Amino acid sequence: MINDATTIFKRPESLSETVTHYCPGCTHGIIHRMVAESLDELNLRERAVGVAPVGCSVFIYNYFNCDFMEAPHGRAPALATGFKRTRPDMICFTYQGDGDLASIGMGEIVHAANRGEKITVIFVNNAIYGMTGGQMAPTTMPGQKTTTSPFGRDTNLAGYPIRMAELLATLRTPSFIARCSTQTPMHIVAAKKIIKKAFRLQKEEKCFSLVEVLSTCPTNWGITPCDATQWIIDNMEPYYKLGVLKDPEKGEG
Amino acid sequence: MAKQKEVVFAGFGGQGVMTAGQLLAYTAMEEGKNVVWIPSYGPEMRGGTANCTIVISDGRIGSPIINNPMSACVFNRPSLDKFGALVKKGGLLLINSSLIDVKSGRDDITEILVPVNDIAIKVGNPKVANMAMLAAFIEATDAVSFDSLLSMMEKKMGGGKKKELLEINHRAIEEGRKVVTGKVNI
Amino acid sequence: MAKKLMKGNEAIGEAAVCAGALNYFAYPITPQSEVAEYLCWRLPEVGGAFVQAESEVAVGNMLFGAACSGKRVFTTSSSPGISLMQEAISYMAGAHLPVVLINIMRGGPGLGGILPAQSDYFQATKGGGHGDYRTLVLAPASVQEAVDLTILAFDLADKYRNPVMIIGDAMIGQMMESVEFPEKYREQNDPAESDWALNGAKGRESRILKSLYLDPEKLDENSFMLANKYDMMKKDEIRYELYNISEKNRLLVVSYGTMSRVIQTAIDEIGEEEGISVGLMRPITLYPFPGQQLYDEAVKPNIEKVLSIEMSVGQMVEDVERFVRGKKPVEFSGRTGGIVPTPDDVKGYIRKSLGIEK
Repeated sequence: MINDATTIFKRPESLSETVTHYCPGCTHGIIHRMVAESLDELNLRERAVGVAPVGCSVFIYNYFNCDFMEAPHGRAPALATGFKRTRPDMICFTYQGDGDLASIGMGEIVHAANRGEKITVIFVNNAIYGMTGGQMAPTTMPGQKTTTSPFGRDTNLAGYPIRMAELLATLRTPSFIARCSTQTPMHIVAAKKIIKKAFRLQKEEKCFSLVEVLSTCPTNWGITPCDATQWIIDNMEPYYKLGVLKDPEKGEG
Repeated sequence: MAKQKEVVFAGFGGQGVMTAGQLLAYTAMEEGKNVVWIPSYGPEMRGGTANCTIVISDGRIGSPIINNPMSACVFNRPSLDKFGALVKKGGLLLINSSLIDVKSGRDDITEILVPVNDIAIKVGNPKVANMAMLAAFIEATDAVSFDSLLSMMEKKMGGGKKKELLEINHRAIEEGRKVVTGKVNI
Repeated sequence: MAKKLMKGNEAIGEAAVCAGALNYFAYPITPQSEVAEYLCWRLPEVGGAFVQAESEVAVGNMLFGAACSGKRVFTTSSSPGISLMQEAISYMAGAHLPVVLINIMRGGPGLGGILPAQSDYFQATKGGGHGDYRTLVLAPASVQEAVDLTILAFDLADKYRNPVMIIGDAMIGQMMESVEFPEKYREQNDPAESDWALNGAKGRESRILKSLYLDPEKLDENSFMLANKYDMMKKDEIRYELYNISEKNRLLVVSYGTMSRVIQTAIDEIGEEEGISVGLMRPITLYPFPGQQLYDEAVKPNIEKVLSIEMSVGQMVEDVERFVRGKKPVEFSGRTGGIVPTPDDVKGYIRKSLGIEK
């Protein structure tokens, strides 16, 4: 009987067999898989180099079967710039959270995008600092309670959440900028297509690409995984609109 | 200790003092000597006085900073005020008498008045004043040979359209040399 | 190759090209912006890469990423810019990456000035960034030596897989001297030949270059691995020069960089004019410091004192004291803020140290 079985679903070659350390209900695992599938399908694994951030996904290098470097907090786009300029024949991507990219790494991401570095950035936005224990991020929603905003984010003092995709899409330099989400299988299917396109554009040496992925953090949001997906729909999605903001192939680049 | 020659070229920005100093340095290097050319730089270069020091030696050059140079070529009054007093006793001071109507007032150095702007206008291009001064300095000190200077100048300026300019530079050099009547041993 | 008259800053740029280091990341800062102005056209000629970064923080991290390729990478900057790179230098040391950083020092602290100084000795030799690491530090005293040490720096960075820093002062950067470059220019490192660089996980396990070790045993191991490299440097890489050393020396001066040349002139003059005999030790490697060699010179019976002369308020003097181990009195003289002591000043320091009235 087993001889007749055919494989219809398997671990992407780009993912290692290491069990991740992520919390139940966290979508990092799903996003890792989408990145890995994209590398596999575009046949990029053997020339891919990832740049790990500081944040929950700091150990991403343990979960992938491709080369990795581990960046200081926020600096991944600078490392990717250095590597890619030195090895333009390789594929280089960063994987960064919202504290890493939108706070301490704001300078590096804006300038890498503006120079049009031929790199791919996967930007995971869960509206909070995860690894350090749930502090307010630049992306934290108005009124959202965190350990450093126990009465909710006060926009008078902390301003409004930064919409990174929109901010980067204002730059004149051609690039691919999109936002997608992970809260339902339908969203995940759409997100996969966008992530794969981001890597394809790099493979074709076209432009800088950044995909912002809305993600959950049940642990630090203090709710169940199921409630967390609903929380994205109710709170994040109205503010962080999904879609492609800039696409060189649609004349918007 | 090998005998070394030190000279400061000082003037307004735009008078070509840096270029004259560099040409001297290149020429001395071509003659197989050790040289250092060191400029003043930074904000003080913006609009103020510019100066450079050149050290030429057959041996190893120690300090590149020379506080009391053996000689100085001053192109304007502020430079005379600053460097006139710094020239070493027994040294040489060349003064651009086209723009400076006083002397240093010292009697322990040799002073030579070189009307470099008048010379430059006479030969047809106000920009070659620096070459007249450089020529006077070389004539007085034999720091380098004129053959070397002329061939280095040709190398740096090239031929073609520049030929006319090269000609004017030659004339400025001739006129600058004429001003100097004797050698100064520094 | 024929001699060229070159500004130190430009000569350093050409020396890097000569060493096969064609990947350069930089941010403009006086007094060394000429390096970027030179390399921005020179590197494209030879197939290299130059990025003018948005900040020195980014420069450091671009170097980090570029160094992971296994090719030779470098930057040039001046004191405040080097401070901003300390983050990446610490990470690169922790990740065992070869990189060359050239600091054309200006006076500090803070924005300080733009004139020559030697105020970054502590920063360069004692770590600068956080953690248990060192950078190998070289200090040239002439434009030719800046060229030679730049080429050497890349070899040493590759050899030890560790950051190497050159500290020169603004005089080295700004002055022109005649220089000669080696006839043969080196090819870039071939990343495919590297057994550690990130060159694609094809037919091998994936590689990770990192400085993160949450397991204390592993971090301890990595830190002592670094310490072992520094011990090897101490054994094999110490470089220094002695000048006018004789049994007549009453004083031993210790000085590095262009300052040491001013001292040579002062030593010549004070010997000739006043019959005072002074010897000079010029460390060329500031880390590792030629400590035993200094000790051996200092304990000679004719030496009354050891005098460290610096363009700072006294930094290297602490190492001089450490290595002289109390055997002789150690003193300091110097100026900072962009003031370069003249030969006359130095003669004054020497007389004062020896208690001689003029």
